[in-house]
Amino acid sequence: MSRLNNPQDLERLRQQLQARRMAGRTVISVCAGTGCLALGAQEVIAAFREELQKRNLTASVDHKGTGCPGFCERGPVVVIYPQKICYLQVKPADVPEIVERTLEQNQLVERLLYRLPGDGRQAPREEDIPFYAHQQRWLLGNNMLIDSKNIEDYIALGGYSALARALFEMKPEQVIEEVKKSGLRGRGGAGFPTGLKWEGSARAPADKKYVIVNADEGDPGAFMDRALLEGNPHAVLEGLIIGAYAVGACEGYVYVRQEYPLAVENIVLAIEQARSYGLLGENILGSGLCLEVFVHRGAGAFVSGESTALMTAIEGRVGEPRPKYVRSNIKGLWNRPSVLNNVETWANIPLIINRGADWFASVGTAGSKGTKIFSLVGKINNTGLVEVPMGISLRKIIYDIGGGIPGGKRFKAVQTGGPSGGCLPESLLDLPVGFDELTEAGSMMGSGGMIVMDEDTCMVDVARYFVEFLADESCGKCVPCREGLRQMAAIFSRIVNGQGREEDLQTLQNLAEVLKSASLCALGTSAANPFMSTLRYFREEYEAHIKEKRCPALVCKSLTAYWIDPARCQACMICLKKCPVGAIAGGRDTIHVIDQAKCNRCGTCLEVCPKRFGAVNKLAARDVPSAPPPEERTIDRKRKET
Amino acid sequence: MNQFTLSIDGKEVTADEGMTVLDAARRAGVFIPTLCHHEKLEPFGACRLCLVEVEERGRTRLVVSCVYPASAGLKVTTRSGNIDRLRRTILELLLARSPHSPVLEKLVAQYGAQPGRFEKQASFCIHCGLCVRYCAEVKKAQAVGFIDRGVRKEIAFVPEIASQVCEQCKQCFELCPTSYLQAAYVLFRAQAGLGSE
Repeated sequence: MSRLNNPQDLERLRQQLQARRMAGRTVISVCAGTGCLALGAQEVIAAFREELQKRNLTASVDHKGTGCPGFCERGPVVVIYPQKICYLQVKPADVPEIVERTLEQNQLVERLLYRLPGDGRQAPREEDIPFYAHQQRWLLGNNMLIDSKNIEDYIALGGYSALARALFEMKPEQVIEEVKKSGLRGRGGAGFPTGLKWEGSARAPADKKYVIVNADEGDPGAFMDRALLEGNPHAVLEGLIIGAYAVGACEGYVYVRQEYPLAVENIVLAIEQARSYGLLGENILGSGLCLEVFVHRGAGAFVSGESTALMTAIEGRVGEPRPKYVRSNIKGLWNRPSVLNNVETWANIPLIINRGADWFASVGTAGSKGTKIFSLVGKINNTGLVEVPMGISLRKIIYDIGGGIPGGKRFKAVQTGGPSGGCLPESLLDLPVGFDELTEAGSMMGSGGMIVMDEDTCMVDVARYFVEFLADESCGKCVPCREGLRQMAAIFSRIVNGQGREEDLQTLQNLAEVLKSASLCALGTSAANPFMSTLRYFREEYEAHIKEKRCPALVCKSLTAYWIDPARCQACMICLKKCPVGAIAGGRDTIHVIDQAKCNRCGTCLEVCPKRFGAVNKLAARDVPSAPPPEERTIDRKRKET
Repeated sequence: MNQFTLSIDGKEVTADEGMTVLDAARRAGVFIPTLCHHEKLEPFGACRLCLVEVEERGRTRLVVSCVYPASAGLKVTTRSGNIDRLRRTILELLLARSPHSPVLEKLVAQYGAQPGRFEKQASFCIHCGLCVRYCAEVKKAQAVGFIDRGVRKEIAFVPEIASQVCEQCKQCFELCPTSYLQAAYVLFRAQAGLGSE
């Protein structure tokens, strides 16, 4: 491939690629994102290769591994274009049938199609599936069309045309103006207006400036940035180059966590390819713009996602936040102006330049524009990545897209914003999703984690989990965060173990206040949000734990017990044999009894007790009835049989 | 040098460009408690005890005075109910780690801190980083550093360097607010098989 020396070269290449692809060719796209790979997508791709060769179809049918479309629950996902037939949970053994029936005989393989809940009708195409139908997939929509390892797939879809437009039709100030006008706010968590950040950097005098991609995604249960960087790395790169042009940067960094090997691989490859096409390096597209981009791999510290810690880490030092009151867009990496944006923020830039600020701002609420990707996880039927217009209600995301709660359980709370966010109750399900709306409700947008919890979730235990996560991930530099979280974790551990004290809630609130007001960085200032929001909406659960020594959701082990109902026990010996700690006494004709002192509350007895007996119950530890006296524990089987 | 005035606790105070609020307060004789500050070292902003309220363009916020730059017309408050309450809790948190530090005990009465409020987990080190930073910034030796992170963070001597340079120096010893450093050094020498001096 020769270098693209001007926008006309780029357009010519795009037309050639388009023409080659439009010639009625069938394309089999197999999601090759981390989730589907774990489910065997690589083997599915290999099976297609083999089958197409066997049937001499390679000349008319393409197949490729692509980015993640988001429907992780039903992976590996296969989509056949141009018909857009969507097959789910495809195994290598299904491949010959797909090739024969669908490619050769133009029929559907019905058992691999999505079935609509309710009437069970089949939904053959992506857009027929409710999970996709209610989304607005500006960023993820292309993932399934693009071989993430091939820049030509991106160019064929109009990739890098926004860059050409910015470089040749817009001044840097106009680019910034457009981004400002779009209302785009940082997708990494804090929601700072992107255009303002850029403007600050552009105006700051310096010998050198930087643009940085924050791909240190670390919130538990969040994987939207991974999907973008793995699936469509050039979109992120194109945004970054446009940003560099706008602020006058000549060096860029992608800070990506080591735990994302495929994202690292794909972005490194994307940078190499972009450079060989003349889209990175010296004299980009003949415009005179120069930009070198380096990949910096993070070594597994959650706090390095914080902007100053991230920059300190790139500088080669321990990734700890810096105490300072000058923003990093003015004094950042090596004390120079540095624009740091999240993966998703950068990926939005080409869209805004190509389609205009007004188009972008036409979707959303007053304070939040465009779309947002969430990773919808937890107690939800359709686990996966969803991209929705800002302003959509939580209810729509959870029920229409997510398909509701599995097992007929009741919804209890949704956690947004990761460890810095909060838990919102059922009464707020109609809340429009936006930066300001979520913050006001005591949670936050964060980077896009969305964990759905059902009635079997203990909110005190959830808060305890996040406090312990943060105590572990705190860098330990400032006292409020290091010592405050240590003490909060100690108090939480007391409470879930049934040793909560009357004054604990007051102490926790005092610590929360110190964390919020006095911590050095955002990890600390937001660390109390999971506690504060659960206290705000689920106070009665804290009180039950502390005052009544009871866990209403029957989650906290010290406050929960298993009990065998003597009226239902058939003395079948199953639980007795399976109990890993030998806590169950009884015999072939003797009703079984759990020794509560020995029991470790693993729940095996409840799992193995035959459904038709249903003798094992889970209940509050303090409500366990006393065992029946020995003389009432014998089962007279003869009498029963008559 | 450019001079300007700002107000600290209602008092007009003169400061030079480049000064932090803490510098300006100290020069004016206003006491602000600190644990991790040292005039020869870069601001660290870790103990958070020196936090004050600043009012600028009508907005009040809490900042740490050892980092926040002094500027003309800035209004600074160094004591208030809110500030005292935060400092009190910070002291109480530190007292759980270093129960008998004279530096902390001096501040206990002033802020009404209760030394036994939090579960004691004595580590003695309060992670002020004075030894680590003095060794790195002033002595350029980096013989002592932090290891691990978060609640498990602690100071440690780097055997290869410390065995060469510490015996003749020990300047960091007098900076340690808890004397934990001296104990850690004795332990380090014993573990490294260096014996006592």
